[in-house]
Amino acid sequence: MVTKNYMYRLFGHSPIKPLQTHMAKVVVCVKELQPFFDAINQGDIERAKSLQKNISKLEKDADKLKKDLRMHLPTGLLMPVSRTDLLEVLRLQDQVANKSKDIAGIMIGRKMTFPPNMGELFVEYLARCVDAVEQANDTVNELDELVETGFRGTEVELVKSMLKKLDKIESETDRIQIKIRATLFKIENELPPIDVMFLYQTIEWIGDLADLSQRVGSRLQMMLAR
Amino acid sequence: MDYGTVFIILAIVFGLFMAWGIGANDVANAMATSVGSKALTIKQAVIIAAIFEFAGALLAGGQVTKTIRKGMVDAELLSNTPELLVYGMLASLLAAGIWLLIASFYGWPVSTTHSIVGAIVGFAAVGIGIEAVHWAKVGTIAMSWVVSPLLAGTISFILFSSVQKLIFNTDNPIENAKKYVPYYMFLVGFIIALVTLFKGLKHIGLETTTTENYVVACAVGLLVLIIGKIKISRIAINPDEDKDFHFANVEKIFAVLMMITACAMAFAHGSNDVANAVGPVAAVVAIVDSGGEVAQKSAMPIWVLLLGGIGIVVGLAMYGSRVIATVGSGITALTPSRGFAATLAASITVVLASGTGLPISTTHTLVGAVLGVGLARGIGALNLGIVRTIFLSWIVTLPAGAILAVIFFFILKAIFGT
Repeated sequence: MVTKNYMYRLFGHSPIKPLQTHMAKVVVCVKELQPFFDAINQGDIERAKSLQKNISKLEKDADKLKKDLRMHLPTGLLMPVSRTDLLEVLRLQDQVANKSKDIAGIMIGRKMTFPPNMGELFVEYLARCVDAVEQANDTVNELDELVETGFRGTEVELVKSMLKKLDKIESETDRIQIKIRATLFKIENELPPIDVMFLYQTIEWIGDLADLSQRVGSRLQMMLAR
Repeated sequence: MDYGTVFIILAIVFGLFMAWGIGANDVANAMATSVGSKALTIKQAVIIAAIFEFAGALLAGGQVTKTIRKGMVDAELLSNTPELLVYGMLASLLAAGIWLLIASFYGWPVSTTHSIVGAIVGFAAVGIGIEAVHWAKVGTIAMSWVVSPLLAGTISFILFSSVQKLIFNTDNPIENAKKYVPYYMFLVGFIIALVTLFKGLKHIGLETTTTENYVVACAVGLLVLIIGKIKISRIAINPDEDKDFHFANVEKIFAVLMMITACAMAFAHGSNDVANAVGPVAAVVAIVDSGGEVAQKSAMPIWVLLLGGIGIVVGLAMYGSRVIATVGSGITALTPSRGFAATLAASITVVLASGTGLPISTTHTLVGAVLGVGLARGIGALNLGIVRTIFLSWIVTLPAGAILAVIFFFILKAIFGT
């Protein structure tokens, strides 16, 4: 009977906390790529395989969180952010996890290794991309404070500066990507052509982690502007 | 008036039943925002509700009772058949009481105010004649049902925006909260006291001038401010708690304000809703006392308001605390700063309506106030579907109350004769 009480029903589930929980899960998933890359770099295939399985599982968890949140977002909710922006942030966050799963999956599936002397470069590249994801996570974590302040004032300035930093990290990852491609280009003739093709694709995907994070940031920016 | 005593006893029983129902169910809606924001424990909420509902009913409930008692029906038409008015009032009480019972069983968002107004208009229009209803007054009441949630929403929007500007969006929210929150406390005490005083406390033997009203209201405001300041100074600010959520300590300061606002809300609720239960009782008592005269010049006996207050407190003690606990636990999305803005806006609106003698729905007003905060981007998620449900409940409750009242009216008429 009480659940029918309409003061009770007036309040919907706030989407902010679940969105943050989802992003936190995405971060855990992406960070698993780092030990995975280390394992590949050291040629420890067994360890890499078990890490890949874990990444896949974490991606599934994130997917479930995504679906739960969508279920709790019926139309006719009055929220401090637009439903469209919110669902888009969620979709982008989820794509970060998907991308991590794809990267690990293809590297295991094709038994990929890093070309000689390029392992360190890959690890560095990934680390910077993970930084971008973490920066996006930090920004998403400010959403509850933004709601508390009603999306105005000093809190907005703080978030804006965080987004600026996110952009900066993303452009750094672009620079490393150029460097890594150039290095690969120099030695690509010595490697099996199909492997090289997939290496280029993997480089692309790793960069996507930072790209997607930046797009999460842009959507947050749009939430601020409303 | 052969059955004078019987009528009074019936009126008291029905009136107590209504008041009990309000205490058991309706008070929970008024207190839910305070419990939900964790500014109050359940026990504190029940104690505050008991004291201030009672005080509100006694000190500020007179005007609305008067409207229910004689504002909506033209008594002149009944000077030869006073018993019809008695039957009508008893029928209205019974109709509203039973309708509320059905509605709360099914969880419909029905307001006591709408039930009783629908019932009185129904019995008067059908049982006596269309011309017996003061349609102008009823029209004003109906208008106030639309205006009150809108007004409360506007006030809460302004209140919350001012809180954002003065406290949250500054470099040092904690210091500013300590500085500005006491002023809001003053505002709570000042407005509630002023409206209550302006509408006169004649019925408890107090007559005041305009200047006295302002002086006393200021004094009440200051008293509230001082109590609040002392409470705030006792809060332990713990910077560690701000790591996860930067405004945890600011909300602690707002919790004190919310506590004071909860008192205002209970007072406002008592001042308006108790009238629904005791208005008809007062009408019956007045007619019987004057030996069947319906001119109704006599002042309202104070014990009738007391009766309403007691009914509410008993209902609250028996079931209300449980309902408060469950409803409050569902409203955790509300932090004290939001809860305060919504609750204060609703209290101001309701007390203003009480002063003007307009019976309005406290819960609907509170819903309007909460939506106002939501529009200021202050709440995670609100179901707008509730607005539609409320409109539907108006459309259903008015004729339902009316039809039930008409049925009971004719039954009573058949039993006691004309």
